[in-house]
Amino acid sequence: MTNDPTPLPGEHEQELRAEGLNTSTIHVIGEAGISLNQVTKRYGENTVVDAIDLVIEPGEFMTFLGPSGSGKTTTLNMIAGFTSVDDGLLHIYGKPVAKLPPHKRDIGMVFQNYALFPHKTVMENIAYPLQRRKLSKDEQKRRVKDALAMVRMGDYGDRYPSELSGGQQQRVALARALVYEPRVLLMDEPLGALDKKLREWLQTEIKRIHREVGSTFVYVTHDQEEALSMSDRIAVFNNGKIEQVGTSEDLYEAPQTLFVGRFLGESTVLLGAGTPLGDRQTAISVAGHQVIANGQFAQQHLAILIRPENLRLEPAGVEATTERNSVPVTITDVTYLGASRRYTVRLPDGTEGAVRLGQEARIHNRGDHVSMVWDIDAGVLLVDTGEAGESST
Amino acid sequence: MTTKRLLGVFAVLIVIWLIVPTLVIIPMSFNEAPSFNFPPKGFSTRWYENFFTDPNWLKALGASLQVAVLTMVVATAIGVMAATGLSKVKFRGKGLAEGYFLLPLIVPGIVLAVGLYSLFLRFNLLGTLPGFVLAHTIVAMPLVITNVMASMQGLDPRLEQASASLGAGRLRTFFSITLPLIAPGVTAGALFAFVTSFDEVILSLFIQSPALQTLPVKIFNSVTQTNDPTVAAVAVITMLTSVVVMLIAQFATRKRKRPVA
Repeated sequence: MTNDPTPLPGEHEQELRAEGLNTSTIHVIGEAGISLNQVTKRYGENTVVDAIDLVIEPGEFMTFLGPSGSGKTTTLNMIAGFTSVDDGLLHIYGKPVAKLPPHKRDIGMVFQNYALFPHKTVMENIAYPLQRRKLSKDEQKRRVKDALAMVRMGDYGDRYPSELSGGQQQRVALARALVYEPRVLLMDEPLGALDKKLREWLQTEIKRIHREVGSTFVYVTHDQEEALSMSDRIAVFNNGKIEQVGTSEDLYEAPQTLFVGRFLGESTVLLGAGTPLGDRQTAISVAGHQVIANGQFAQQHLAILIRPENLRLEPAGVEATTERNSVPVTITDVTYLGASRRYTVRLPDGTEGAVRLGQEARIHNRGDHVSMVWDIDAGVLLVDTGEAGESST
Repeated sequence: MTTKRLLGVFAVLIVIWLIVPTLVIIPMSFNEAPSFNFPPKGFSTRWYENFFTDPNWLKALGASLQVAVLTMVVATAIGVMAATGLSKVKFRGKGLAEGYFLLPLIVPGIVLAVGLYSLFLRFNLLGTLPGFVLAHTIVAMPLVITNVMASMQGLDPRLEQASASLGAGRLRTFFSITLPLIAPGVTAGALFAFVTSFDEVILSLFIQSPALQTLPVKIFNSVTQTNDPTVAAVAVITMLTSVVVMLIAQFATRKRKRPVA
């Protein structure tokens, strides 16, 4: 790999100091794979990326997840150099790149529509970046062969892109973007145009390749399942800002905003006015029943978010205790999922909930009146931002 | 059924009406008698012989070819640059800018000719090779621009981004990626430019000099001043040249069915 072993390239330190940054920030930038400081992009009156701060570690698999128009693709395009940075600092391996054209940034890029050169064969496509780097013919041949082997396309070197399927084209695009061993690989919804089966297989392939090459990967997607299964860390974008950065577990189990909780995975969200209970708990009135969650907020409009596997269904009339909450619900739908059953339930106030129960649980039927029960520790207390819930499930 | 037949007959009549005046010149060029007779009397190739042995006619042919080739090169180079620029940038009034480049197609040739005449008079360009090339480029360039713009429309901008991400600068990207993909449009535009220059008469009449005359100018002078049927042979040769070039242009744009992914 071409990875620079020195964490803080001395030649850039002067420039960073000239920008008026303090020593600790310079160290963060110097040790980061990619660092964004207050990066902003405006189109006229519209701020599409709003002062984003993000540090991507060298060799990390970072996913930008968010709905369309959330600023994730614009941010990726700024890292690639296709979109200019209006404000803020952008560094790749300690090098300030905000003013650098794309071809001088030492990045690889994979596009959703593959963007293979239609007038060049697979081999010529992959050799293209090597020619730009003036490698010897023998070296080019060897590297192209290795790259094709890496993506398991060894027999397709002489084909034209139009003679390949979508999945094959994307594997060639991946080989082309990695053959010159860039320190950063950017991927813009690379699997968006492929069917589910192929997508899942390519997800594992991309993970394997990431482990093999060790470059920093930045992956943009709006598919939360894809993000959860592939990433080291995920940055959740919403309205031009990053709502939360964390591992899949962090985001799923401890979302910090209601948006993140709703966007990743399935959840039941109970909204209501909160009143403090003791020093560290909050009581919320939901459909005439008081439920309790850990944590306290200054705001009044609060939400409790519970994952479907943390909910249980008990006979009607089961009381709440100091350990658990209970609300009466009506079952409106049952879906058999093999290893589990998924129940859609409705609270008296019309709120919908989702409960997933394993094989061992008692089976309920549509129309049954039961109690929905969960441990207080399993509920996540969040501020109700009033935003319409968007779930990608 | 009868409507269909009537329409067919009508179509054939139109085709004949369009092409006959052009074809009439062919039998005339093989006329035996030294006059513009139609129908011609007898058969001979003497006017063709005359053309290829008369240094004046050959000089005009040489001048025409020289001007046409230079015009093609200049118009194509500038036209491709203009089309690339127009397809890349977005600004208010872009439509106006595009229309501006196509203006020479709309403005009456005679207006352009009079304007150029007074300008060229001042800059001593009348009857010179650069003068002819400049004048012809004005009318040839819009054809290059329209053809190249049409090819650019089918070009995925992501390909140029991909090239940049792979380490190629703008120039490299243009020559390695953009140009090969818009080649059919460029070829067609270049050939149109050649034909336009080769056939151009109005501007050429104004900027000609006895020392430098293109073929169409020489034909015009010959017809108005003499009664030499060599003109018919020259006309046929000019026509054939144009037709062949246009056919190549057609072929160039048809070729390469490979989808631009």
